[in-house]
Amino acid sequence: MTEDLENRVKPLGATGLQVALSDPELMPEGGDVQAIASGWRLAVREFANNKVAVLGVGILVFFVLFCFLGPLFYHTNQSLTQPLNANLQPGQTSPINGQTYPLGTDEHGFDELGRIMLGGQTALEVGFFAALISIVIGTLYGAVSGLSGRLIDGVMMRFVDIVYSIPFLFIVLVLATKFSATVLEISLLFGFFSWLVPARLMRGEVLTLRERDFVSAARVMGSGRSRLVYRHLIPNALSVVIVNVTFLVADSILALAYLGFLGFGLQYPTASWGDMLGNADNYISNGQWWLVYPVGFCLVAVVMACNLVGDGLRDALDVRLRRR
Amino acid sequence: MLGYIIRRILVAIVITIGIAAITFELLHLISGSPVHEVLGRGARPAQIAAWNKQHGYDRPFIAQLLTYLGHLVVLNFGYSYKQGQSVAQLFKEYAGRSLYLSGSALVLSLLIAIPLGIAQAVKRNTIGDYAMTTLTFVLYAMPPFFLGIILIDAFALHLHIFPPLVPSSQTSTGAALTHPRDYALPILTLTAVNIASFSRYMRSSALDNLSQDYIRLARAKGLSRRAMLYRHLLRNACLPMITLVGLSIPDLLAGNLLVEVLFNIQGLGLLFFNALQNGDYPILLAYTVLGGILTVLGNLMADIALTVADPRVRI
Repeated sequence: MTEDLENRVKPLGATGLQVALSDPELMPEGGDVQAIASGWRLAVREFANNKVAVLGVGILVFFVLFCFLGPLFYHTNQSLTQPLNANLQPGQTSPINGQTYPLGTDEHGFDELGRIMLGGQTALEVGFFAALISIVIGTLYGAVSGLSGRLIDGVMMRFVDIVYSIPFLFIVLVLATKFSATVLEISLLFGFFSWLVPARLMRGEVLTLRERDFVSAARVMGSGRSRLVYRHLIPNALSVVIVNVTFLVADSILALAYLGFLGFGLQYPTASWGDMLGNADNYISNGQWWLVYPVGFCLVAVVMACNLVGDGLRDALDVRLRRR
Repeated sequence: MLGYIIRRILVAIVITIGIAAITFELLHLISGSPVHEVLGRGARPAQIAAWNKQHGYDRPFIAQLLTYLGHLVVLNFGYSYKQGQSVAQLFKEYAGRSLYLSGSALVLSLLIAIPLGIAQAVKRNTIGDYAMTTLTFVLYAMPPFFLGIILIDAFALHLHIFPPLVPSSQTSTGAALTHPRDYALPILTLTAVNIASFSRYMRSSALDNLSQDYIRLARAKGLSRRAMLYRHLLRNACLPMITLVGLSIPDLLAGNLLVEVLFNIQGLGLLFFNALQNGDYPILLAYTVLGGILTVLGNLMADIALTVADPRVRI
């Protein structure tokens, strides 16, 4: 944890310890000194013992493989509409090519199973990129705010309060009417309005960390502000922010689904789960259950898996933080 | 305590001004002036310039922003040229049904989530607790519109208990109150979504309180289990709910939007949705700012309510 400090202080400390151990008189009464596992290792062990969290990881791994490798083995036509192939039930043979479709086809004649894979790709991509963007912005902003003087810190945090109070879905929807064509644009849009929680967490951590001895030591040894931020504060505060990442991924996937359902998500040829559910009330009235439940199930499963992993990470890192 | 409340209110006012300014700025970037809606696509540049000058859209951004903020103070939310009505008038017309929908869902979900959370904490790690935790976890990950579709499929299309859509003939709020059956599915959807987040917090709050000494004391001095639950645990475990409800305003608004679109309820969410489709920016701006103000108010009320309800916070 205090790696940098330890490296510099080691020669003295190590010899001191060796002297103490080589002298039987000075052995501690409780017997041999035992190495305690490092905080991170404890956290990993704690996480691996958490069955529900491991299940979450499993579900996520399955969906990543299913969505990104699936189309390589299961070739489907997702670009040319085929009206004659439209609205086939699962297992029903197609009138034009004699094929059967495991999850049927939609009103454009697209294979539903293949389309779920493509929609999953965009969902996972947007979730990942949006979380990444908001973590990068939030971490840097929070660190700078926490290190600045009271006045600048106050102004920066009031700005966070302001942007946080603008309802996320509404402002994102309004802006999506202009910028929501591609995965990158939507990720940027989500990222720009969801870095506020990481920023607050990061600032809180920095405020407590900056009073600690190893930071004072680093400062006394002459490290500048940027070295302090990148080398000491961010790595140490990261665990708190990491927990938030998975929730950000889940929220972004949900938000993308909301946008798609309302018709303001990714543009048409690109598949997204929300878009596929846009007409779900009609499908359900027509009895086309295969166009509703499989997609919805995947959406809920992925979001739930992210939340499970997030809860597991929080519990595991709690163990690490308690050690500190 | 009064000083604290006054300070909180001042901060809330500053944040509200900030919300209005940022939202106005963002929408100004997308759509500077409604001139094209008023004069149509074929208007000549000279006409456009004249109209902009007449209505003040040629002034510097700061001046326009100040005018807008001044209007907000007197609850003038702008004018929708597409609808030919002031936005405040439209809000007044549509707000009733949204309020009915969200309000009854909120009350119902609290009435269910609080006892549910306590029951789960008291009977923790039993099959019932696990089942409810799993159910709320699934619901927590479920988009409101998907849950709504499942409910339509089950209760309207298969069991024929409730109508699948709210009939659009029901335009007045009074009709909504006299036909509760039509609103059963949307309210049920929102209630379930709220319960998912409320009961999780309620359970952990009740668990925290159950392990504390005052509960053991209450039992030790001979209080019955029931009296301990009602008189001590319930009141203490509910404290975090005050904050939670105050913070859940953005989620309530978002759920409202999705459910109103799905069930075709003529409320504020549907008004916003239609404005999105028409590019009716004054309504979009007004509703986003209103949502921001409600969020700030929710936080403020929760803070004040908590100071009143919990003497420990006052110190």
